[in-house]
Amino acid sequence: MKFKGQHIISMTGFSRERIDHILNTAEKMEAIARGEKRSELLEGKILAVLFFEPSTRTRMSFETSILRLGGNVLNLGSVDASSISKGETLADTIRVVDGYADAVVLRHPKEGAAQLASEFSRVPILNAGDGAGHHPTQTLLDLYTIKRESYLEGLKIALAGDLKYGRTVHSLCYALSLYGAQITLISPKELCMPDEIINDIVARGAKIIEKDSIEDAIDDVDVLYMTRIQKERFPDPSEYHKVASRLKITVESLKNVKEGMKIMHPLPRVDEIDAKVDITPHACYFKQAFYGVPIRMALLGLVMGAIE
Amino acid sequence: MSYVEKELRVRRIENGTVIDHITAGKALNVLKILELPDSSQGVVSILLNSQGKYGKKDVVKIEKRELKSEEVDKIALIAPYATINIIRNFNVEQKNKVHIPSYVEGVVRCINPNCISNSNEPTTSKFKVNSENNELELRCFYCGRVISENIAEYLL
Ligand SMILES: Nc1ncnc2c1ncn2[C@@H]1O[C@H](COP(=O)(O)OP(=O)(O)OP(=O)(O)O)[C@@H](O)[C@H]1O
Ligand SMILES: [Mg+2]
Ligand SMILES: [Zn+2]
Repeated sequence: MKFKGQHIISMTGFSRERIDHILNTAEKMEAIARGEKRSELLEGKILAVLFFEPSTRTRMSFETSILRLGGNVLNLGSVDASSISKGETLADTIRVVDGYADAVVLRHPKEGAAQLASEFSRVPILNAGDGAGHHPTQTLLDLYTIKRESYLEGLKIALAGDLKYGRTVHSLCYALSLYGAQITLISPKELCMPDEIINDIVARGAKIIEKDSIEDAIDDVDVLYMTRIQKERFPDPSEYHKVASRLKITVESLKNVKEGMKIMHPLPRVDEIDAKVDITPHACYFKQAFYGVPIRMALLGLVMGAIE
Repeated sequence: MSYVEKELRVRRIENGTVIDHITAGKALNVLKILELPDSSQGVVSILLNSQGKYGKKDVVKIEKRELKSEEVDKIALIAPYATINIIRNFNVEQKNKVHIPSYVEGVVRCINPNCISNSNEPTTSKFKVNSENNELELRCFYCGRVISENIAEYLL
């Protein structure tokens, strides 16, 4: 399977074999990610981190990943000081930076930015989010979390929250459909998953169930994937509060759930998961954040050609 | 009314191309897509709302230039029934239908204002064309957004 020199732009067209290969590679990286084992796999390699939009989590996760593998980071620095505010094109920035680094991680506010960057770059581009577009490393770390903490084949999962605008949720559903998942969708009608996406997912082999509340679904599933609902989506703040309070979980919601049921969340959360849930064995979101490290290590090692 | 009176209100051309059966009202868009008249040396004439066998149509006649079907196919996005007639020595030498291309570059702009292809980057817009069951869809190669209606409004 060829990864060397390849760009990671979106999950579209990613085969199950390719995903499995990345997940398996990540598993081998875990001890290094935890700092239990040292690695010089990417010694002498430099990763440029270009974030044209603030996101400390994803950025730090990539930085940790390259550092743990013995490589170095080149950071763009703060966005205000950077070229974007001087009006330089992304294409120009990329053609400069690709001379300084062995791979580029890009976060950009415009959809399609990573695709464009890949057309100008001599080194692999890793998309860390392009506006409302793709964020493939998030999807891969979600899949990895599910694999490690639950199971992928034929998974029973419920997704709750904003299922309309959340593209990472869509891309997770596409990926899960490759594994024949049974997906329960829980969202307010204003934020429900678009029909064309549901049709697509069903056509790819997933089963879809729609429910109105978390209580109706939570006892049956092995994973509950929560997402944040943005206030801005609701013109009327009281409507937002009504919706948000219905899509909230507390320790009481967990009374009858399966023993191994795991709760995931891409973080940051607001108050959709009560803090008391954190100490239950169901809480999985901080682990999920950690799993981003072995996944990104695997991707860096693969696209830089240090591992096959 | 004879054929001559009805159709040839513009003078006959000796050599060139006639684009016939253009969806009525779209001739100016066709000129825009083909960058006419700038891309041609000869006279370009147009007929709007001409009565054809299948109702109203537009016609574009380009003197002294034979258009190749690859360069004309992109007009199929707005005029799917157009025919390309190559005129030599006043006669129709070749007649071809336009084919909806599976991919177009630099013809329309993306519907998504936040798409990178709508910024000042050194790139042209690119779309995958899907034309199943008579419906035309353009999917942006960069952001994935789909244009399915009023394609002419997005011409670059
Ligand atoms: N020498 C010419 N100069 C200008 N226009 C011409 C010339 N010869 C033909 N045309 C035009 O080119 C188009 C195609 O000509 P053709 O004689 O094939 O017409 P047709 O038999 O009606 O074809 P169709 O079935 O495609 O409508 C017509 O619109 C006609 O008016
Ligand atoms: Mg005719
Ligand atoms: Zn676009």
